[in-house]
Amino acid sequence: MKTTQHKIPTARPSGQRPSGAVVKPVGARPVIGGASSDRVIEFRGVTKLYDGGDIGLDHATFGVEQGEFVFLVGHTGSGKSTIMRLLIKEVQASSGVVNVAGHDLAEIKRKKVPYYRRNIGVVWQDFKLLPNRTVYNNVAYALLVTGHSRKQIREKVPDILRLTGLSTKLHNYPDQLSGGEQQRVSIARAFVNHPPLLLCDEPTGNLDPETSIGIMQLLYRINKTGTTVVVATHDHAMVDKMRRRVIELSAGRIIRDEAAGLYSRDESTREFAVRMRGARLGQPEDS
Amino acid sequence: MRFTFFFREALRSLKRNAMPSFAAMVTVLVTILVLGVFIPIVQATTGAADEIRGKLLIDVYLRTDAKPADVARVRTLLADKTPNVKSVQFVSKEAAYAREKARFPDQYELLGKTNPLPDTFRVTPINPDKISEIRNSLLPVAGGGTVAVDPAIEEVKNRRDQTAKILEATNFIKITMALLASLLALASVLLIANTIRLSLFARRREIEVMKLVGATDSFIRWPFIIEAIIVGGLGALMAISLLAVGKVAILDPFAETFALIAAPETLNFGLLIAILLAAAIGVSAAGSTLSLRRFLRV
Repeated sequence: MKTTQHKIPTARPSGQRPSGAVVKPVGARPVIGGASSDRVIEFRGVTKLYDGGDIGLDHATFGVEQGEFVFLVGHTGSGKSTIMRLLIKEVQASSGVVNVAGHDLAEIKRKKVPYYRRNIGVVWQDFKLLPNRTVYNNVAYALLVTGHSRKQIREKVPDILRLTGLSTKLHNYPDQLSGGEQQRVSIARAFVNHPPLLLCDEPTGNLDPETSIGIMQLLYRINKTGTTVVVATHDHAMVDKMRRRVIELSAGRIIRDEAAGLYSRDESTREFAVRMRGARLGQPEDS
Repeated sequence: MRFTFFFREALRSLKRNAMPSFAAMVTVLVTILVLGVFIPIVQATTGAADEIRGKLLIDVYLRTDAKPADVARVRTLLADKTPNVKSVQFVSKEAAYAREKARFPDQYELLGKTNPLPDTFRVTPINPDKISEIRNSLLPVAGGGTVAVDPAIEEVKNRRDQTAKILEATNFIKITMALLASLLALASVLLIANTIRLSLFARRREIEVMKLVGATDSFIRWPFIIEAIIVGGLGALMAISLLAVGKVAILDPFAETFALIAAPETLNFGLLIAILLAAAIGVSAAGSTLSLRRFLRV
């Protein structure tokens, strides 16, 4: 594998990174002004202790640049979901600073959290669709929440559902869809506002491998529009094939931060899919 | 736009959650029905008790030789200087004589022209519970016995034993009724609140998702409140129509037979309806808002 590897023994990263894509040396005290302008996510010495003493995250420090595609890997309980929950401000950091797009999340007031969340698309392992709404209305809800007019909704929703390959399922309810289709709905909902950041917590956790590739392909396509995508997963095979930056966690600590490596950024979705399927399948059935 | 959206959302979720909504509506219906029957009973009973208490009087007898000047002085004393006096009615010795003579013509025939009856003031108290206060202020305790504040007053009577019994009995009835009524009201509120909580609990995932997608609390809350108002209002309206049918079919034919029901202050049906409707809607909406608070903390 053609990737630069850096073992990070502690939360404090050290050394220079030739690709420049990943972690800059950031101490407990930022040197100048904190986050750089194109840095979407920045964790500085973040620790999260849950009630009852469980360690969610232990002095994690990393940064994600705009337009990056990052994997968070690790076993269950390693802290992947904690990072996700911190990023959508579902939980608060016990110590350290979580910065998103230059905003310190600790300074966002409870009342402002909904407005903050509208800038982030989130995809969950269990889809979290509204069970008593159709596919169309599930996606439309994300727009209604942000105060879009019905006219805008009529324009945007069919567009995004076409992008995610759900044009024929508009009026189905979630329980009439397969897992892969439900996940596509949830991605459509997450991306319909075109958020600068898309978080995916085990997006393929409940799906079979072939369906998973379809979902990863979709995420890849979204990433190509310039959206920063962070995917938490424990599917190592998938991660290896994707050849993107990997942050590995164990027991709340970052134990590996592996840069994207020397792959062509302009790989087309089709090429991507072929590679993902290990080129065994010949022509992929969709692109 | 906002309101119509919230309203459509509420109707949509009523349709999609027909069973829990129906259960909540039936709960409201039954509760309001019970309240609607019980409130008039409480009102009638306390009304009757109050009526009996209203009949408690104090008689102030003047001396038989009292002059008109004395009468006027005692009247001012009673009306203006005595506490707890609601009204004073003067019965002159002539009027008393005429009335008694009409009642017992034979006996009064024997008396001839002489009038043994004194001028009397009938004093109605403001608060029947403190009726003895009037007596005490007119007959303050001095030395071994009591001396009237005004020399023209011969005697002050309030039929003490009877008064005490009436007060005790009516007080007991009123307290019991008030207690029952508040227990019932409390039970109704808890029942409705619990039904709402259950139906919200079933939908807590939905609320969580809404929050995670970036909906503000009020954006989530309003459809639920409107839904609660619709459910509460419908339940109350159905209960009220049942009550109205009951009143026409059962109560009205008996109104002539039962003095209690016919008592004028027993109930004002219009007011009762307004109170029940407002209470049903208010409790539903408030219950929904309060129960939602837990689930909005995401």
